[in-house]
Amino acid sequence: MNNIVDARGFSCPQPVIMTINEINKVKNGTIKILVDTDTAKENVSRASKAQGWEVTDIKPEDDGFKVTITKEG
Amino acid sequence: MKNLLATRWGIIIVGIVIGIIASLLQLWGNPANMGICVACFVRDMTGALGLHRAAVVQYLRPEIIGFVLGSFGAAYLFKEFKPRSGSAPIVRFILGVFAMIGALVFLGCPWRALLRLAGGDWNAILGLLGLAVGIWIGTRFLKNGYNLGATRKTHTSVGWIFPVIMAGLLVLMLLNPQLAGEPQSGVLFYSVEGPGSMHAPLIVSLILGLVIGFIAQKSRFCTMGAIRDLILFKQTHLFLGIVGLAVAAFVTNLLINQFNPGFVGQPVAHSMHFWNFAGMALAGLAFSLAGGCPGRQLFLSGEGDGDAAVFVVGMIVGAGFAHNFGLASSPAGATPAGITALVIGLIVCLLIGFTMRDK
Repeated sequence: MNNIVDARGFSCPQPVIMTINEINKVKNGTIKILVDTDTAKENVSRASKAQGWEVTDIKPEDDGFKVTITKEG
Repeated sequence: MKNLLATRWGIIIVGIVIGIIASLLQLWGNPANMGICVACFVRDMTGALGLHRAAVVQYLRPEIIGFVLGSFGAAYLFKEFKPRSGSAPIVRFILGVFAMIGALVFLGCPWRALLRLAGGDWNAILGLLGLAVGIWIGTRFLKNGYNLGATRKTHTSVGWIFPVIMAGLLVLMLLNPQLAGEPQSGVLFYSVEGPGSMHAPLIVSLILGLVIGFIAQKSRFCTMGAIRDLILFKQTHLFLGIVGLAVAAFVTNLLINQFNPGFVGQPVAHSMHFWNFAGMALAGLAFSLAGGCPGRQLFLSGEGDGDAAVFVVGMIVGAGFAHNFGLASSPAGATPAGITALVIGLIVCLLIGFTMRDK
């Protein structure tokens, strides 16, 4: 299952709020978060870890980043 | 490359460095408990340009210029310069105006509130409590979907505008240097007495401002975010930065005899507890609705965020109104006009929070 959060263009704390909302919705699995600043990338990664999710991949994409986080069900 | 300044120890060290620099800037000439105050310094700059004519608070603070240009340099060096704009600029302008008015009722931004505390000014406790309450109200709006919308990527030159303005102000200052005892030099105003007349040497202020701008951009240091993340996400990351700032400034103050505890007779401060609280509550709410403390808005302006630059322009306009209309407090206390503006500001910020939500 692939869930995508598009947080491009949003500045902190919006990307984190959007990520946490998605985490609360899906409970576990894989979520891909699109962000366009380094700050958002760092904040989303930090918040995901605090929620017990693992950051499995961070890739540059379209002038920004795609952060992949997962949690085993 | 891993961003070391964005780690837990990174942000603590940045806070400590800022705290020490701020305390030393006071030793080297800046006003007491005002080594760095983003709101006060932007207000002083507004005065230096003659946009308000309060003679005691006019000086084109090089620290602020350094904040923007230091951040600009860091953003370019680490390829983080991202020109962007278009997230409700007019709202950000208004938030900047009222953030400044709230800060000037208290007499300081969150940075100065921490420095006042570190210098023993207990009135700052009321200000910091107000700040936390204002930010808490902001987090309620965030939880309920408050959102000013996404920015858009834009032309590189858009991101250059604000740093170029700051560089232009520096040139203006070099072309119109301060003349001893003179209130004016060419087009610029210079206070001959009061807080505006107290400043570290230009080159010292500029270099330390550049250093802070550089490390704050990399670490994302933000005094509002510190409290917001604690309330909203139970995250202590940014909060450790402001603890570092306050503790480092306190220890440095002790070492160089700048610690004077008490409520009464504190420098550039008043003891109207409720209005200290309410002024910072308004500022805190405006900062949280805009997504950053005044320092952070300067650093974001440096890395290409045109909306943060509009917030800063709002602060300049707010400072103009604050002194032209007599809204700013003095050591004698808050003014009736200031209290009126504060109430209007709270209503406006609440309306912004209630009406600008994603359904």
